[in-house]
Amino acid sequence: MTALLEVRGVSKRFGGVVANANVSLNVPEGAIIGLIGPNGSGKTTLFSSIVGQHAIDSGSILFQGNEISKLRVSEIARSGLLRTFQQTRIYGQMDCMRNMLISTPDTSAGLLSMLSRHSAEEQEEAERLLDFVGLYEKRFLMAGDLSFGQQKLLEFAMALMNKPKILLLDEPTAGINPTLINGLIDRLKRANKEIGITLFVIEHNMRVIMNLADHIYCLAHGEILADGSPEAIKDDRRVIEAYLGAS
Amino acid sequence: MGLIAAFGAPIFLPFMTTQIAFLWMMVVFALCWDIMGGQMGYNSFGNIFFFGIGAYVCAVIQRDSGLDWYVAFFLGFGAAAILGVLCAAILGAGILGLRGQYFAICTLGLGIAGGEIASGWDYIGAGSGLSPPLFPGALGMREMFFNYLFLTLALVCFFTLKRVYSGRFGLAINAIRDDEDKAEAMGLRTTRYKIVAWCISAFFVAMCGAAAGNMIGFIDPRDVAFAGVTFGVWMVLMAILGGKGTLWGPVLGALVFHITQELFWTYLLGWQRVALGLLIVVIVVFFPTGILGWLRERRTMSTSGGSEQ
Repeated sequence: MTALLEVRGVSKRFGGVVANANVSLNVPEGAIIGLIGPNGSGKTTLFSSIVGQHAIDSGSILFQGNEISKLRVSEIARSGLLRTFQQTRIYGQMDCMRNMLISTPDTSAGLLSMLSRHSAEEQEEAERLLDFVGLYEKRFLMAGDLSFGQQKLLEFAMALMNKPKILLLDEPTAGINPTLINGLIDRLKRANKEIGITLFVIEHNMRVIMNLADHIYCLAHGEILADGSPEAIKDDRRVIEAYLGAS
Repeated sequence: MGLIAAFGAPIFLPFMTTQIAFLWMMVVFALCWDIMGGQMGYNSFGNIFFFGIGAYVCAVIQRDSGLDWYVAFFLGFGAAAILGVLCAAILGAGILGLRGQYFAICTLGLGIAGGEIASGWDYIGAGSGLSPPLFPGALGMREMFFNYLFLTLALVCFFTLKRVYSGRFGLAINAIRDDEDKAEAMGLRTTRYKIVAWCISAFFVAMCGAAAGNMIGFIDPRDVAFAGVTFGVWMVLMAILGGKGTLWGPVLGALVFHITQELFWTYLLGWQRVALGLLIVVIVVFFPTGILGWLRERRTMSTSGGSEQ
């Protein structure tokens, strides 16, 4: 498997705080890769660096073999690398269907396509994906009126609508009702298998990430502490110490 | 029904033709402000800038072209629209990167700067203003002409917006209003959508300026062309009064506002500014979501949380 996303020696500091130090990792095409680590270990910072939300201090980030660390957020997103947010972000004053329709890829740059309407296929696709995450019945409700868990599902569906090559998910199951979590794991796996979207997932819920990921990286104090298969990570002494705070 | 009333109004109320023409202009003002302020969440206090540009461009072409009145006027009218859009595109590229209140303050400066420049520039009459050539038609024709011109403008504006709001553009500017960072993270070309929104706004407002300069008959740099404290503020008020972020809200707001204001002038002469000030306070305190928003809230309350639309 070739690397779809490659992070090489990325460092990022905020003032005196080193958020990421010399982080390197690979996300192969078609895989589901996990990223774990204690609170404040720099996981979300790494995501923000990858999607171009802030400049990195050193290192390089390659997506499909192209350097993207100098590109802007929306350019990176259009190239097929998308993220979801830990605190969900949806368009609260718009109904779910409209949230979905505006999430179609912004491919064509022309004025005409900006002023055009959405095709019947796009409408169908939006309905199909809302059905996929179980929000079809709520499609004409204001997104802002949905519960937090439903907003997470909507955000996931919006990301799928954008047809990304790789999706960076920041704690997809945080705040979701435990009974829904299994359904979500199943949907993430199906998105990966059936639609072929590579997933790179930050997750605190060990049961979820052990079930989901093919390979896991563990971040602590901004550095990659360990990586390996879920089984290897689970038994790794350093990972357990980082989480339990043993010295 | 409404259309018949709109077209027939000057015939049934001939003495009010000019007032009705102003009403259509107010409708365009409110609709155009709402593209940015309501639908996109970018409060612009600078739309009056395009009004001033339109007024001057048209008047200068009428003054210097030496053509027949109608030819010169429509030439100026078109040129005003084009120049307005150009200004919006160039200025937008510069200042639409600003967010929220920074953008608002910046546009506030734009209108003031326009007035100052115009009142210091001799070519366009400087502080003593500019008078467009007199309308050639018979008595009473002038009012009719501008009335129907503004009515057409308001209708074209309304249906253009109705069309573009129902497409990708409308969704995109709503998305920018709700969460611009998210829109960018989803790959939307946000800056481009913002500039197009401002250009549409400028297009109609500049044409209003071109026609209004002629209808009023005299272009004062600060009191007519770049009238930030009257037209400039009214645009915002009317959209908020009717319900910003909706298509009918600004139309309704313009109707209510203009009629109220005329009543103030008629019955509270001397106190009309005070009454207007009170009206503003009442709008902001009791109708923060506008008349349409207020009605909608009441309706959802009575149907106990039924889905909207």
